[in-house]
Amino acid sequence: MTKQIIVPFGPQHPVLPEPIHLDLVLEDERVVDVIPSIGYIHRGFEKLVEKREFTEYVYVAERTCGICSFIHGMTYCVGVEQIMNIEVPERADYLRTIWSEYSRLHSHLLWLGLFADSFGFENLFMNAWRIRERILDVFEQTTGGRVIQGTCKIGGVRRDIANEKLAEMSSNLDSIRKEIEDLTNVFLHDDTVRHRTRNVGVLSREDAYHLGAVGPTGRGSGVAIDLRKTGYAAYGKLNFSMVTDSCGDAYSRCLVRCKELFSSIDLIQQAIRKIPDGPIEVKVTGAPNGEFFCRAEQPRGELVHYIKGNGTKFLVRSRIRTPTLSNIPSLIKMLQGCELADVPVIVLSIDPCISCTER
Amino acid sequence: MGFFEMTKTALKTVMSRPATILYPYQPAKKTGLTRGHVAYDGSKCISCSICVKKCPSQAILLNKEAKTWQIDRFRCVVCSSCVDTCPSKCLFMDTQYTGPAVEKSVEVFAITYVKPAKPEKKDEPNQ
Repeated sequence: MTKQIIVPFGPQHPVLPEPIHLDLVLEDERVVDVIPSIGYIHRGFEKLVEKREFTEYVYVAERTCGICSFIHGMTYCVGVEQIMNIEVPERADYLRTIWSEYSRLHSHLLWLGLFADSFGFENLFMNAWRIRERILDVFEQTTGGRVIQGTCKIGGVRRDIANEKLAEMSSNLDSIRKEIEDLTNVFLHDDTVRHRTRNVGVLSREDAYHLGAVGPTGRGSGVAIDLRKTGYAAYGKLNFSMVTDSCGDAYSRCLVRCKELFSSIDLIQQAIRKIPDGPIEVKVTGAPNGEFFCRAEQPRGELVHYIKGNGTKFLVRSRIRTPTLSNIPSLIKMLQGCELADVPVIVLSIDPCISCTER
Repeated sequence: MGFFEMTKTALKTVMSRPATILYPYQPAKKTGLTRGHVAYDGSKCISCSICVKKCPSQAILLNKEAKTWQIDRFRCVVCSSCVDTCPSKCLFMDTQYTGPAVEKSVEVFAITYVKPAKPEKKDEPNQ
């Protein structure tokens, strides 16, 4: 029998943007088991909810993650609005959808860059981030913040986008689409990329379903779950098709994300065409009394905010379940049996967001 | 053939201008909405302390006796919550970021607002 050794991976590793620690149990070069440990950047957001007014906690909820920050803020706001029976104006719903989809573009482009970096394709990494810069510029022009937007509030949104600006954003997306076509062409057709990602980290459909894989990790294995289809915000009024693939390897997860970039662009352009004029917020009086389980689709998968209030301006409980937490069991399944050299590619393929996970 | 997919993009980036700017020799991009830092005008502040209550990071302190308003730039998350809720519009968002500092400190501003004198009551006709 081959002698087993344990190789630590992380929390500080060149391929990891955030700290997660994996103990890789190796037999020669083959990974036979993985022991994950998290807890390096726990900040206690869920406890902080008892100390901040529910209207101010939006800014805290938004800072749970530095990439899908807008969707965190929006999910929290939708939860509180559901408890308080607040009807959000239609324009605010459309604006929330537009910013959510820009977040998805920004997150997927960031991930494509990091993924290219994980197999050592530096040139591709920089090109992905060059396109992402244009998305961040739109965020800064419309919300004032590049990464933390801070535009969602309970009862609507804090800032409107002028119709001329919306038209300009829509035409800019046409040129961004061309750049993304060139970029995704390399990811999907280049031999060096295929060589590093095909049949690497395979997760079968059954495993994905039973281990609770969410988002592109689940959809890459053929589990057709997309929370946007439930029709929150303005998604119910827009047409889009869910992207799935059946192979379940790192290439499939990359393919799903590449195709989602185009569906996000389509969604933004549809929303810009359909957005009605009108108010962007309603006045909020009173305090939430009750509980709600709010779900939304983040770039990485299903996000859950559980919110409970007791009629005072301080909430009693907030629980956040982020997509990476759901995807860690799938990650362990993928890593078992792989080669040591493929570990960075597989870890990156679930798009880990550890700050989110530890809250 | 998937060997030369990157060539087109690589050649294009070699021939085009750099995507980055030579900061700080060239100024960073800013928009009218950019949240840089919170600026304060003491001559308009009515000491209502709504900004203190509405700050999610507890960065603002107001002392009514000493007539001072202070902000801890290290705690401030530049969410602009105070700016939106200020009733006297003495707070506003500047587009420039604050510079780096070598030690932790707070910025203290004096409140110079003077309450306008109430107009004298007119004598009622019966008295």
